[in-house]
Amino acid sequence: MKHRAYPTWFAGGALLLYGVFVLLPSLLGFGFAFTDWNAYAKTIHWVGLDNFATILDPSNDYLSAIQHTVLFTLATTVLKTAFALALAIVLTSGVKRLAYLYRGLVYLPAVLPVLVVGIVFRSILDPSSGLLNSTLQFVGLGALTQHWLTDVGLTIWAVIGVDTWRGVGYIMVILIAGLLAIPREYYEAASIDGASGLQAFRHVTLPLLWPVLAVTTVLNLLYGLRVFDMVFVLTNGQYGTSTVYTIVFDNFSRGLYGVATALSTLFFIVMVVLSFGVIRAMRPREVA
Amino acid sequence: MHPIRAFRAAVLNVSASGASLIALVPFYLVFVNALKTQPEASSMGVELPLNPQWANFGTVVDQGKLVTAFLNSVVYSLGGTALAVLVSALAAYVLARHRTRRHQIIYLLLIMGIAIPTNFVTLMKVMQVTHLVDSQIGMILLYAATQIPFSVFLIYAFVDSLPRELDEAAFIDGCSPTRTFFSVVFPILTPVLVTCGVLSILNIWNEFLMPLYFLNSTSRWPMTLAVYNFFGQFQSDWSLVSADIVLTILPVILIYIVAQRWILSGVSAGAVKG
Repeated sequence: MKHRAYPTWFAGGALLLYGVFVLLPSLLGFGFAFTDWNAYAKTIHWVGLDNFATILDPSNDYLSAIQHTVLFTLATTVLKTAFALALAIVLTSGVKRLAYLYRGLVYLPAVLPVLVVGIVFRSILDPSSGLLNSTLQFVGLGALTQHWLTDVGLTIWAVIGVDTWRGVGYIMVILIAGLLAIPREYYEAASIDGASGLQAFRHVTLPLLWPVLAVTTVLNLLYGLRVFDMVFVLTNGQYGTSTVYTIVFDNFSRGLYGVATALSTLFFIVMVVLSFGVIRAMRPREVA
Repeated sequence: MHPIRAFRAAVLNVSASGASLIALVPFYLVFVNALKTQPEASSMGVELPLNPQWANFGTVVDQGKLVTAFLNSVVYSLGGTALAVLVSALAAYVLARHRTRRHQIIYLLLIMGIAIPTNFVTLMKVMQVTHLVDSQIGMILLYAATQIPFSVFLIYAFVDSLPRELDEAAFIDGCSPTRTFFSVVFPILTPVLVTCGVLSILNIWNEFLMPLYFLNSTSRWPMTLAVYNFFGQFQSDWSLVSADIVLTILPVILIYIVAQRWILSGVSAGAVKG
């Protein structure tokens, strides 16, 4: 009876759309990555590993884009998790009144288009008239003013800072749900046993929140590695902030499709490996 | 109250409201500067406007071609969402109910899409071959495809929590699978479909990269691309840029206020079971 009640063709629409627009391009990538496909020649030739050699050549920009992407991803993951965890704990244990309002407000930046956030911060970080530098001047910390978006070495950290501001609410909302799912009895038992607040955090909160932290970490990694909008609007990938997606777009705009495909395909392989991490991180709790 | 405890509570409340304030500063900035004259807004300062310039919004709507962009965004986000939610619900239902090996593989393949990146370059090839470059139908199909993996993931978990007797009874009573799904299962899925729908509308509304790659004609641009272009043209005029931003984010903020419950539950549902 089952096979008639639940026909496989019900999954057909989803499979077709997903297959054509997501899987097929990724598979095609494995072919085109080995060609000199570009906007200027009519024919496409097999060039073997040339594109990969171009990517791995340190005199080109590709390796530094990969480095920036990894730095951005690791830094935003650590910062968002730390701030989100602190806020989540404050909002679930310390603050009674207005906790819902605070949660809603801190999440607000995460519902906006990233692009818009970037444009607003272009003004806030403006070296001469921006809010950040003028505030620093105003409180007598004029020495700390910077050219936030043009100083190589500093700029990537400005982008990381803005993105942390934007994304912390999203991670916080997930961690709050995780904290609220921990039964209160565990804390009562810990306090009867004479555990201090810090000990309760160390021995009750952290172990029980661990699966949720694993998921938020994966979400942060997936977002960070794919970052585009924020970098594109803040710096257009200049001043030491190029990332994998900005450099793919850059190569695409210059008509260098072969190299762009090779980089996308390398990226695809990395993400598939990571995605098995996602599935593993999410699976144990389905059983439990 | 014990003084140490009162002090602790005060510190926590101050840090919570401080964090909320920091989250609000940029919103405040765009809202006040949207109402200033160009010279007043040149530094994008925190001062209130001397004389609110409501006409800025009219200027922006004309110059930024916002009406067209708004309608495009509505078409893309509603069209893409409706399609994605429908096909995802159908797929998640059979995949969750009838777990053959083949169905399990299809499920894993679909939710792998949460993690795998889009290859935009070869996607362009696919769009060219299917004649979907610079087309509204193309954007709707593309957006629907991007929203399928997470929707399937959420709906699958929801179907799993429903008693199997519901659809089995309908089927035994002689309903066809299609009828069983649409008249018995679909209505019960409403809560999760609303969550998926709202998240998907927001995702598509906020998305920027797809139109950047695949739309050439300004007449088909969504809000995000129109705002970016406007920012490029009027970079020196922060009052108009702010007004443009206000009009772009207003629908998002309204949806957020109305649908906050579903958004926040959907966001955490994927990560925290129960």
